[in-house]
Amino acid sequence: MVSGREDARAGQGAERDAGRGGQGRARTPAIELHDAQVRLGGRTIWSGVEVAAGHGELIAVLGPNGAGKSTLLQVLLGAVPLSRGTATVLGSPPGARDARIGFLPQRRVFDSGTRIRGIDIVRLGLDGSRWGMPVPGAARLSARARARAARVSELIEMVGAREYANRPIDECSGGEQQRLLIAQALAHRPELLLLDEPLDGLDLTNQAAVTALVKAIATERNVTVLLVAHDVNPLLPHLDRVIYLAGGRAAVGTPSEVITSPTLSALYGVDVEVLRTGSGRMVVVGAPEAPHAHGRRHPLADGAHGAGAGG
Amino acid sequence: MPMAGAIRWQTALTALEPGDELARRRLGRGAAMSPHLSPDLVSDAQQLLAYTFMVHALIAASIVAVMAAVTGWFMVLRRESFAGHTLSVMAFPGAAAAILAGIPVAFGYFAFSGGAALVIGAGSVRRGRGGGVQAALTGTVQAAALALGFLLLGVYGGLLESPTSLLFGSFLGISATQVVSLAVLAVGVLAFFALVGRPLLFASVDGAVASAHRVPVKALSISFMVVLGLTAAAIAQVTGALLVLALLVAPPATAMQLTPRIGVSLLLSILTALVTVWLGLGLAYFTNYAAGFFITTVAFTIYLAARLIGTLAWRPRREMVGPRPPSKADGLRHASVEG
Repeated sequence: MVSGREDARAGQGAERDAGRGGQGRARTPAIELHDAQVRLGGRTIWSGVEVAAGHGELIAVLGPNGAGKSTLLQVLLGAVPLSRGTATVLGSPPGARDARIGFLPQRRVFDSGTRIRGIDIVRLGLDGSRWGMPVPGAARLSARARARAARVSELIEMVGAREYANRPIDECSGGEQQRLLIAQALAHRPELLLLDEPLDGLDLTNQAAVTALVKAIATERNVTVLLVAHDVNPLLPHLDRVIYLAGGRAAVGTPSEVITSPTLSALYGVDVEVLRTGSGRMVVVGAPEAPHAHGRRHPLADGAHGAGAGG
Repeated sequence: MPMAGAIRWQTALTALEPGDELARRRLGRGAAMSPHLSPDLVSDAQQLLAYTFMVHALIAASIVAVMAAVTGWFMVLRRESFAGHTLSVMAFPGAAAAILAGIPVAFGYFAFSGGAALVIGAGSVRRGRGGGVQAALTGTVQAAALALGFLLLGVYGGLLESPTSLLFGSFLGISATQVVSLAVLAVGVLAFFALVGRPLLFASVDGAVASAHRVPVKALSISFMVVLGLTAAAIAQVTGALLVLALLVAPPATAMQLTPRIGVSLLLSILTALVTVWLGLGLAYFTNYAAGFFITTVAFTIYLAARLIGTLAWRPRREMVGPRPPSKADGLRHASVEG
């Protein structure tokens, strides 16, 4: 990435800033899937998916294990091709504008023994794909290095990670690591943020904090956020829409439209009940696991367990 | 080159080059007299540098230490120590094959370690890094390598008394040519890291995200494995095949205990490796026992000390700070800062 590209990026950023609010939403959708189908290894993961996501929307991708939630993100990144239908991401075919996409893959925590500072992890999001070697003290020598250091500092501030950014990443808690990684994903001022299970393995307090952070990013920076989640409840207060994948199909709409007994029953093809607790939490009961689901991360998560909409 | 592991001083003297006669006379000692440590450091250094073979050994070990420290740093970060060990062990059948074929042992080292690096690198990249596939493949290659080494020695028959010098090292037979070839290799290895250090770091810490950033993760992982193989082969020439890991793992692990800063950590790793080989060779010279033992022991001792320092210096401070209970407001408050 040469400075010319950085300038171009800054220019785009300004244009986007100007277009914030009502005008930004009037432009072409950030994501558009039309009659989309994905086949992997001879199996249809999902088909007939229709999505149009506007700028600055926070959208949860829900569904049981194996329903193809992560696959949806891979399609948007251009890493998995559609077998039918069309996809448009930020006005271009998938993969063409990856520099404008921040991606946070499904997370395992950093192994203990990864003795790298959080701030260096964030920095890799900015310059990790550049050839060369990190040189200590480079910020003192070149203006461009100084600008990058300032940007990293800004990102750390943005996610509130100042206190632990200089600690080795393996000594940070899951929530702290997640914030640092979100900062990393934001390094290039993306217009689209794809987060794969960012709340996985976090306690309730941290789930709420990370969700609030993501929501703030979506509204204040007009970033479209697709967030894969297993449990919709921590997200409910902030969500604009959900994409619910199950039974090879998708239902798209506001949470109250989609997470209902009739919609999910139609999606799963069996009778599914959505219960609402007094505090507004939703529990899905009776949803079958998708075929080929291994229950890797949630061995207890079957329909009856139903801690969340994901079942 | 092949010599017994615990090399006796007298054996070494028979291998002296003509120029050393002068040095010996200048020191005013009988040829059979062993060097001894004294409180006079200048005299110690004079004794250490009196013989060409020792100067070669020190230069070769220093070159190898720098390579080991940098390559090993990435190896430890990538959790590929097991692969590193296997590539070092490959040096053993490599050397045995070279002896059998009558070509310089170094060729055997590089051919076998480099070849195995390609196999392990290409074989494990398909299923992703660090999984059970790589460990199983690596273990299989390692077992086969050791067996092959002993078979080759058997075929060669009696002349090579024992495999100890191949396994545990002999620093006395390093020639000037070898020193030059090690230096050339070291320049190449360091150039590799200067060129791809940052993307390699990214790919090592966070492969999935690095891929999304268009970092060629697979190509980097194979080429790093080859560099690791070449480094292991170079180290094996000084420490022997079995003790390569002491130089590859201990200095980076020591540095990582002491600092999480990337640049500082790399420099500390290099410094630790240099101190390790200098102390190790010095002790071997003055005590007459195997250099491999001293290099390994010094590396281990420094690592233990670093762990102790790391435990004392970091953990209490961390407990004082404590895990901060994150509040819901945090996300909102900080997120509203313009970026």
